[in-house]
Amino acid sequence: MDFATFLQISDTALRFATPLLLACLAGLFSERAGIFDIGLEGKMLMAAMSAGAVAAMTGSVLLGLFAAILGSLMFAAVHGLASITFRGNQLIAGVALNFVASGITVLIAESMFGQGGRTPPLTGAARFANIDLPFAETLRAVPVLGPFYAEVVSGHTILVYVALALVPISWWVLYRTRFGLRLRAVGENPASVDTAGVSVVQLRFSAVIIAGVLCGLAGAYMSTGLQAGFGREMTAGRGYIALAALIFAKWRPWQALWATLLFGFLQALALRPDVVESMTRVAIPVPFLDALPYILTVIVLAGFVGKAIPPRAGGEPYVKER
Amino acid sequence: MSAADLGGRQATAALALPYAIELKGISKAFGSVQANKDINIAIPRGTIHGIIGENGAGKSTLMSILYGFYRADSGQILVNGAPVTIPDSQSAIRAGIGMVFQHFKLVQNFSVLENVILGAEDGPMLNSSLAKARKILGDLSREYELDVDPDALIEDLSVGHQQRVEILKALYRQAEILILDEPTGVLTPDEADHLFRILRGLRDQGKTIVLITHKLREIMETTDNVSVMRRGTMVATVKTAETSPESLAELMVGRKVLLEVEKKPSKVGEIVLSVKNLAVKDEHGVTRLKGVSFDIRAGEILGIAGVAGNGQSELLDALGGIAAASGVVVLNGAKLPLTGPRANGKARRDAGIAHVPEDRQSLGLIMDFAAWENVGFGYHDDPRYQKNAWLMDNEALRADTASKMATYDVRPPIPTLPAKSFSGGNQQKIVVAREMDRNPELLLIGQPTRGVDIGAIEFIHKQIIALRDAGSAVLLVSVELDEIMSLSDRVLVMFDGQIMGERVPAQTDERELGMMMAGMGAK
Repeated sequence: MDFATFLQISDTALRFATPLLLACLAGLFSERAGIFDIGLEGKMLMAAMSAGAVAAMTGSVLLGLFAAILGSLMFAAVHGLASITFRGNQLIAGVALNFVASGITVLIAESMFGQGGRTPPLTGAARFANIDLPFAETLRAVPVLGPFYAEVVSGHTILVYVALALVPISWWVLYRTRFGLRLRAVGENPASVDTAGVSVVQLRFSAVIIAGVLCGLAGAYMSTGLQAGFGREMTAGRGYIALAALIFAKWRPWQALWATLLFGFLQALALRPDVVESMTRVAIPVPFLDALPYILTVIVLAGFVGKAIPPRAGGEPYVKER
Repeated sequence: MSAADLGGRQATAALALPYAIELKGISKAFGSVQANKDINIAIPRGTIHGIIGENGAGKSTLMSILYGFYRADSGQILVNGAPVTIPDSQSAIRAGIGMVFQHFKLVQNFSVLENVILGAEDGPMLNSSLAKARKILGDLSREYELDVDPDALIEDLSVGHQQRVEILKALYRQAEILILDEPTGVLTPDEADHLFRILRGLRDQGKTIVLITHKLREIMETTDNVSVMRRGTMVATVKTAETSPESLAELMVGRKVLLEVEKKPSKVGEIVLSVKNLAVKDEHGVTRLKGVSFDIRAGEILGIAGVAGNGQSELLDALGGIAAASGVVVLNGAKLPLTGPRANGKARRDAGIAHVPEDRQSLGLIMDFAAWENVGFGYHDDPRYQKNAWLMDNEALRADTASKMATYDVRPPIPTLPAKSFSGGNQQKIVVAREMDRNPELLLIGQPTRGVDIGAIEFIHKQIIALRDAGSAVLLVSVELDEIMSLSDRVLVMFDGQIMGERVPAQTDERELGMMMAGMGAK
């Protein structure tokens, strides 16, 4: 693989990693607060459809983004209601939401546009435009780093940069603020928060809402950034891959970035079977390359990456004792 | 009792504000159960006030009302003479009330500092809060012997240190009234002594301490006044100096209680269990039990004394077939397999070893299952419980459970009630009934009275003695030295996975055993 090819693949990897990263951070906030969120997939799908539909109708990608966040938040609210207010099973609530999302997105898109469950193709202002970062062309002459900056880092939509910026921001919020301290505490031992006189329910709802907003960004990126319109099941299990990346990352923001970049890289590699073949000198079937991220997901979830300790109170509704 | 007839020191403190807490006519019902009935109590400032009562007497409910976990159905709370309402924990904290729960409310993977500031941060950013807390913690540590490394993670701290963090949490929130719920249940004698020194220091600084316990000795040694609760009512408040353990026990239970265990000299028979070089490694490959050897004869109780975590649990697990071990264990002349598929709890029960595990809630019972199902566990193959080759005779098991419940005084005697609905003492009686009722060759019993009320302690102790007198061998593991001393015929002291020495209770004392438990004075 020559340097130019590497840059190309890295560029694609970053694009593919972005929705994973956003969803992974969504899961991170939710699970750090003790709410296992298997419904990332459903929320992303709902957001992708909302963004695609509203952007197609209004021609404004920003309105689409707004709709995406709203759509995702609706699902998040239901998840919160089921698992926090009514102390239901978080996993089952999440799975149910995924099923609902899978059906209702196609239903709404079909009844609105009649194009077989797709939203119309988006063009111009209805999509996020790629942004060239300052000095991309001037710095191109700098060896190695210059082309890397110009090819890989520069030239993405704003959501990619938002996702990258959210990594240090998430770290800062979690580890440097009062809210982060309480959020982490409520996922480890909600009783400690409760006896300190802080509301467990409010904290967990804030976490679920943050997850909703982030999934909204992820979904909007799918239909208005990465692609030009919503299509049936377009998230293709990215919510689950994000969950695997979250476990891989041991529920930490920076590790989440590296984990999602790895998954993104595998997805990008699947688009270039020629490169893989020239490197391995064996013809690897394309479907196998396509399956790589999912295979890695299985491996991660099966616990082959060392011990990952989830937040101790994760998955358990908080019931006040005594 | 009025404030006027308290001792001189309290009287001085009492001049300004007589009572830290006054409860007037507090009642609280859960469904049909009246947990608190018309409770009246006045706790003078600057005293240590004991609240004693059996499990289920309503002590914890009363304290939960004070800390804003429950709202009383009726009644009035006065703090420092002013009426207050305490709808939530935040209000309790504002009123100057701090609580140290029996089960600590700490975040295990947070540092001490983070736990202390949680919920009491100064602003949205952590750094300034942490710096301020570090300074205050340093001052508090020096003032009250509350040494603890502010940067240590909770999970790396001993139980005694974790408890100090809970106290520091309350003091950091400027609590003037500190409530401690069963604080010594998890502590070694040394740690408990240290805790009481801390509490006295706090009292001498004018703080008010409420100590909830069922241990009479702690009440007698530490408190200024003591209130006794029984079945949801406050039956008496007396000065500690003017009462005795016997009369407190009688007030608690409502009848005369034997505090001393009565037992006849043992009639020792053949060797039942012979253990040689028994060693156990934990899941990390660390050797926890380092080759212990001993014999137990029929008709004797061998007590294992030691601070929790010195290999006693591993010893019980290895003998009970729960943990793989190396070495030689011979039961009535037959070698027991210590590893492999035949080393399991069922095989050990079939061989005649009954096991009352240390942690009844995780190993002894399934809390969501009914009492009768719990009574069947491990003995579900018993021919008495079989209808035919395929089906169990649940009716027979339920009937047997009912009869066991009657024999072992389990209250309420309802076989279909889930295990979690019973009090700690009655849960323990269910386990004890299951394991002891078959007159095993050998009984392994760990912490038989942990979290068990005084009436049930007396009962369980009698059952253990009766089993011994019937010719069974008993291996008793307990962190309660009193219990070891009064029940055992011989005592082995364990430290760091090894046996430090053997003593006969009549020829030793708690001081000597305590030294051995700390790893000193070996042989």
